[in-house]
Amino acid sequence: MTTLSAKDKEVVKAFWAKVSGKGEQIGTDAVARMLTVYPQTKTYFSHWKDQSPSSPSVRKHGITVMAGVGDAVTKIDDLKGGLLSLSELHAFTLRVDPANFKILSHNIMVVMAIMFPKDFTPEVHVAMDKFLAAVSLALAEKYR
Amino acid sequence: MVEWTDFERATIQDIFSKMDYEVVGPAALSRCLVVYPWTQRYFGNFGNLYNAAAIMGNPNVAKHGTIILHGLDRGVKNMDNMKEIYAELSVLHSEKLHVDPDNFKLLSDCLTIVVAAQLGKAFTGEVQAAFQKFMAVVVSSLGRQYH
Repeated sequence: MTTLSAKDKEVVKAFWAKVSGKGEQIGTDAVARMLTVYPQTKTYFSHWKDQSPSSPSVRKHGITVMAGVGDAVTKIDDLKGGLLSLSELHAFTLRVDPANFKILSHNIMVVMAIMFPKDFTPEVHVAMDKFLAAVSLALAEKYR
Repeated sequence: MVEWTDFERATIQDIFSKMDYEVVGPAALSRCLVVYPWTQRYFGNFGNLYNAAAIMGNPNVAKHGTIILHGLDRGVKNMDNMKEIYAELSVLHSEKLHVDPDNFKLLSDCLTIVVAAQLGKAFTGEVQAAFQKFMAVVVSSLGRQYH
C-alpha cells in the first residue's frame, strides 16, 4: 500500500514544486476544514483559546503541518528514517490517534483540488494520496 | 432519523441543482478507478481500463458515472427518508453486484474532490461539512441491506 514507485515520487515532487509557494495557505485551510468538518479533531486543541477557522492558532498550526509535508517531500526516498523525530513527537508527546492522519490528508487534498483544479488530476491525486499515506505510516512508526 | 439544519438542506439542494451530472458523474467515477484501482474489479466488462487516459476516455465509465449521479439525485430529493429510498439499491449492490460497501466511501471521497475542484472557494468548510454529511448518509443507507 505504501511503496512509492519512481513515477509516484516524480509526480509528487513536480506537483509540490508547483504548489509549495502556497504551502501556508494550503496548510491553514486544511487544518481549518479538518476542525469544521471533523469536529472530534478539536479535542486535540483544547489548549487553544480560539479554535475558529480564522484564528491565529489555526494558521500557525497549518504552517507547521505543511512545513512538515514539504520536509517529507525532500525525504521521499526514506520517509521512515527522515521522519523519525517527528514520529517520536507524535507517539510520545502528542499521542494523536493515527486515524486522524487520514482525516488531515483528505482535507489537504480537498484544498489542493480547490486551489489547483487543473493540476490536481487523477494521476496527481493518486500519487499524492499514496505519498500522504506513506507519510502517515512513517509518523505512526514509533507508536508501538 | 437524520436531522438536517436549514443550512445543510439549502447547501445540498444548491450544490446538486447547479451540478452537471454528465460531467461530474464521469469525473468522479473515473477518478475513483484511477486513485483506487482495485475498484476496477466491479467493471470487468467495461472494456479498456488499462491506464488513466483509457479510463478517463472510456464511454462505459462515463455512462455509469452519470447513472450514479442520478442515483444520488434520489437522495437529494428525499433527504428525510434516504434509508427507505436506497433500500432497493442497497439490496442490488449487495445481492446482485456484490460490491464491498467500503467502496462507497472511496467513491464518495472522489466525488468530494471533484465537487471541491468545481466550486473552488465556494466550497467552504461549512459547505464541505454539509456535503460530506449528506454523502455519509447515502453511504450508510446503501450499506444497510447487506447481511
